[in-house]
Amino acid sequence: MKVLSFYSTTVGKKLVMAITGLILAVFVLGHMAGNLQIYQGPEKLNHYAELLRVSMPLLWTVRIVLLLSVLLHIVAAVQVTLQNWRSRPKKYAVSAYQEADIASRTMIWGGLVVAAFVVYHLLHLTLGTAHGSFKPGDVYHNVVAGFQVPLVSLFYIVANVLLALHLYHGMWSWFQTLGFSHPKYNRARRVFATVYAVVIAVGNISIPVSVLAGWVK
Amino acid sequence: MKLTLHIWRQKGPQEPGRFVKYELDKVNEHMSFLEMLDVLNQELIARGEEPVAFDHDCREGICGACSMVINGIAHGPQRATTTCQLHMRHFKDGDVIYIEPWRAKAFPIVKDLIVDRSAFDRIIAAGGFISVRTGSAPEANSIPVPKDVAELAMDAAECIGCGACVAACPNGAAMLFVAAKVSHLNLLPQGQPERFIRVKAMVEAMEREQFGSCSNHRECEAACPKGISVSFIARMNRDYRKALWKTVEHQGGKAEGISQFRG
Amino acid sequence: MKLDPRIPAGPLEQKWTRYKNTCKLVSPANKRKYSVIVVGTGLAGASAAASLAELGYNVKAFCYQDSPRRAHSIAAQGGINAAKNYQNDGDSVYRLFYETIKGGDFRSREANVYRLAEVSANIIDQCVAQGVPFAREYSGYLANRSFGGALVSRTFYARGQTGQQLLLGAYSAMMRQVGLGQVKLYPRTEMLDLVVVNGQARGIIVRDLVTGEISAHAADVVILATGGYANVFYLSTNAKGCNATAIWRAYKRGAGFANPCFMQIHPTCIPQSGEYQSKLVLMSESLRNDGRVWVPKKKGDTRKPTEIPEDERDYYLERMYPSYGNLAPRDIASRAAKRMCDEGYGVGPGGRGVYLDFADSIRRLGKHVIEERYGNLFEMYERITGENAYETPMRIYPAPHYTMGGLWVDYELMSTIPGLFVAGEANFSDHGANRLGASALMQGLADGYFILPYTVGNYLANTKLEKVDTSQQAFRDAQKEVEDRVKKLLSVNGKRSVDEFHRALGKIMWDLVGMARTEAGLKEAIVRIRALREEFWQDVRVPGDASDLNQELEKAGRVADFFELSELIAQDALERRESCGGHFREEFQTPDGEAQRDDANFAHVAVWEFTGDGKPPVRHSEPLVFEVVELAQRSYK
Ligand SMILES: Cc1cc2nc3c(=O)[nH]c(=O)nc-3n(C[C@H](O)[C@H](O)[C@H](O)COP(=O)(O)OP(=O)(O)OC[C@H]3O[C@@H](n4cnc5c(N)ncnc54)[C@H](O)[C@@H]3O)c2cc1C
Ligand code: HEM
Ligand code: SF4
Ligand code: FES
Repeated sequence: MKVLSFYSTTVGKKLVMAITGLILAVFVLGHMAGNLQIYQGPEKLNHYAELLRVSMPLLWTVRIVLLLSVLLHIVAAVQVTLQNWRSRPKKYAVSAYQEADIASRTMIWGGLVVAAFVVYHLLHLTLGTAHGSFKPGDVYHNVVAGFQVPLVSLFYIVANVLLALHLYHGMWSWFQTLGFSHPKYNRARRVFATVYAVVIAVGNISIPVSVLAGWVK
Repeated sequence: MKLTLHIWRQKGPQEPGRFVKYELDKVNEHMSFLEMLDVLNQELIARGEEPVAFDHDCREGICGACSMVINGIAHGPQRATTTCQLHMRHFKDGDVIYIEPWRAKAFPIVKDLIVDRSAFDRIIAAGGFISVRTGSAPEANSIPVPKDVAELAMDAAECIGCGACVAACPNGAAMLFVAAKVSHLNLLPQGQPERFIRVKAMVEAMEREQFGSCSNHRECEAACPKGISVSFIARMNRDYRKALWKTVEHQGGKAEGISQFRG
Repeated sequence: MKLDPRIPAGPLEQKWTRYKNTCKLVSPANKRKYSVIVVGTGLAGASAAASLAELGYNVKAFCYQDSPRRAHSIAAQGGINAAKNYQNDGDSVYRLFYETIKGGDFRSREANVYRLAEVSANIIDQCVAQGVPFAREYSGYLANRSFGGALVSRTFYARGQTGQQLLLGAYSAMMRQVGLGQVKLYPRTEMLDLVVVNGQARGIIVRDLVTGEISAHAADVVILATGGYANVFYLSTNAKGCNATAIWRAYKRGAGFANPCFMQIHPTCIPQSGEYQSKLVLMSESLRNDGRVWVPKKKGDTRKPTEIPEDERDYYLERMYPSYGNLAPRDIASRAAKRMCDEGYGVGPGGRGVYLDFADSIRRLGKHVIEERYGNLFEMYERITGENAYETPMRIYPAPHYTMGGLWVDYELMSTIPGLFVAGEANFSDHGANRLGASALMQGLADGYFILPYTVGNYLANTKLEKVDTSQQAFRDAQKEVEDRVKKLLSVNGKRSVDEFHRALGKIMWDLVGMARTEAGLKEAIVRIRALREEFWQDVRVPGDASDLNQELEKAGRVADFFELSELIAQDALERRESCGGHFREEFQTPDGEAQRDDANFAHVAVWEFTGDGKPPVRHSEPLVFEVVELAQRSYK
């Protein structure tokens, strides 16, 4: 009951978004770190992928947490965004933003594209249903073969740029939302979010680029 | 100097509004923005037209009445300045200026540039106070307040309730206004007993008034004539989060009676 | 007109305690049955509404702004006095009392002023408990600053926004009662008349400023806390909407108007920059601590101030008042500036300004010290004038600021109409002929928090009130009159705007009824005001209609009342054949130009009674009896 009344306000919804966003962001970082093992060759990568599956209960706990986070994040994001549009139905004749940047203003769009991408990504590299030559267990092959299709790589790159933009704002914003603000650290928050976003973008995008360039075969 | 003004004219809450173009000559650079509009209004009266209605009172940047969006920026281009303190020397000959009312669902337009901001009063009525009966206060110096706490509380308390933060926010959110009041009272020792009741009651009242949510765009801080910092929003979020673990009984009223909006 | 101040018996220090011990109380169950109208939500009105509602009365609160928080108390900068003696510098209730009486040039009532000083300490307690963020020492205890006219440091402040913080405290207390349903709030609603039934104030007529609807409200008690009338000058430090309508209408319904000519002109305001000017902004008086006031020795000198050499400058305050110099009191500094400008030495647009120069202080103390002391004021100055006062001297000029006069009230703050109470700047108050800095905030809150809650109860417990409702004849008649007046304003349909008339009236007032008054000038003023008023009713143009938000119509009604009030001010100034405090009659001055009081003939409150439109008002007087203080001459040489 209390949780519901808490969630009933936008402040509550945003808190939920910050926590779930944070969980997702940590996952994205870990996921990227794992993926980078592609540069160490097929054995390393495939071994790592196997490792992830040693403990089924653990894997499923992580999956459920992630799934719940994604769902809560999206539901809250949509609710909050719709309310924001209702609260400000009319635009000004001259548009003159002073602080808001593209990142903060496109959260919902970037987020939706990322969501679409995640679905595709799962079908492509986890389930293989959207993959031309899917080999269960051979992650290395699946990735390399997948990215050799330029359109697939392009979608991957675009999605990651949008994700980086999302994180550029989001990884700064959650501090505010969770109430961590201190004059001493406020500048560091900006740096943190920028680095976080750039690292994710560069790390993830390097893979299709390397595949297309033929550095990773 | 000579200016071209496009001013939002709207007869009443239910009527459609539109921009009307006015050419204004003989604008002096030492005039305040409102004095420039006074000059326009005098011309309109002389021509037998209805003058432009706008809110104003103190004309010295403290009452919070004046409220207009000038070329897309609440209170105009000069930072930390109310419309009444903005002077024409910040414009130049031949400028085209768009003047609009605050736009937000929670601030319905009453007429021309005037909006109804009574939602703010209702939020205060829900919890923006320390419940102390007249005459029941202890000796003032029996409650020492550390200087830095008093100063920070004062930073928040400087809010003039103008609503520029709402107007500037792409979400029409009132977070800066509400956070300023919550922070002012929640920082002080006197405000502790009602700290969590207050934040919950005020955030819920804000919700009822249909303000938007905070995306941390920081447009509010940029528009705020008193330079209220968004760090107070973080502070309010924190107290709201903590309130989840406290038992808070809601005692504040809803103050539905107050509205000047009888559209 | 009966003027019984109803001062309780007994020694001065015991009067208020005795009153509180013996006044009648209303039982809790009965309070619920009474209704109180409070017009005005400034310090006085908001604190009264909050306190009375807390007690259980049903309160209706009115203000013309869109929110009660915008009442002009919000603009007070400097601070609020209280006899706390936190500085251990010898302050006491008696000293605050004495300095207020002396500052007012011995034209206020001892018993009221003593009570004001007595409750001043409670005000600070109350405000601190409400969360007013007063300035603090590093110890966490409250800080004080000193202010003009006082020998001790007793002023409490919240940066340069003391009035704002105090008002927000009172506003929040009132809003709490609004939330609880004990106060019903009517923002954007203007009182246009008072309703008197069987000799008692029983209601008001208001206009809804959004819809234009005119309606009546009935109650058992009416409290007016509608602020001052300095806007009669058009240009003043008051907010644009400040008006005399509420008290003027009450006057016309039988309330005595006391000392209308007692007005305060503040010496340090930013001068007018052109004809379009709409208001004057006050700069804190504290600037005179480090600034030197001067004008060029040559008339009409147009050189830049920084190019005028030292020996071609006239530091006239230092020259004329060697011992007080630049710190001469408000009235004296204001008059001197006006004289210099009248003689042609003024600087800036229209020659209406004098320099306030910080160059010496900056040289002596360093820029950082000046910045630390006055940084925000220099910033405000730059915002308005576009000039950097660290590099070129400020220009200042006096401006109408505060009105000591107002509706006459007795010790219980009740006017000559039973059931009509008046609080804050609207009453003729405790400041005599001149108000000391930081004392108006104190008085407004004293009235609202600590005095009215007792005296209103005492009135209700002692009075038989018949049932009234707004369908009664008195209400219908008053409403009809208001409707007719509104119609009349709209139907003139002449050629000149309300502002043009207001400006013209302001000019007459400033030139002839301002800082230095003469018999001939005042007589001329009366003639010219009457003529202008005639023209107003023949030639004013009020566009729009009555059933709409119509700001020109609002202004027109207020200016129409200013036209009547201004004549009374001039007449009161004419009849008071002495100089005292802010009232300076050139005929009555000491050889060296000081105000010359006439205690034998004028140690009284002048109270005016309305006798009908077009008929001369009658002047009554309430003698001021000084049992404790001794009357003395103010001297600042
Ligand atoms: C610039 C400035 C600085 C000052 N600085 C200081 C200072 O430092 N220290 C100090 O002690 N004093 C200071 N003063 C004086 C002091 O601020 C005022 O005297 C005091 O605040 C008046 O309070 P009030 O409650 O009587 O009236 P106000 O605060 O003026 O309130 C009047 C109320 O009445 C309402 N009202 C008026 N007419 C009508 C009507 N017809 N119908 C309905 N409602 C109406 C208004 O809406 C408002 O709510 C200053 C004054 C000014 C102008
Ligand atoms: C990997 C996936 C994602 C990550 C890591 C992520 C991360 C974050 C973070 C950290 C925030 C900041 C929260 C705050 O302001 O406190 C955020 C905000 C937001 N997210 Fe996501 N997000 C992801 C996916 C999505 C998706 C799929 C959507 C789609 C709807 C979405 C929509 C939003 C929106 C609209 C906001 C801004 C809300 C606001 O401030 O008003 N996000 N996200
Ligand atoms: S926070 Fe700033 S912008 Fe918002 S109401 Fe207060 S003063 Fe105005
Ligand atoms: S008119 Fe008061 S703040 Fe602008």
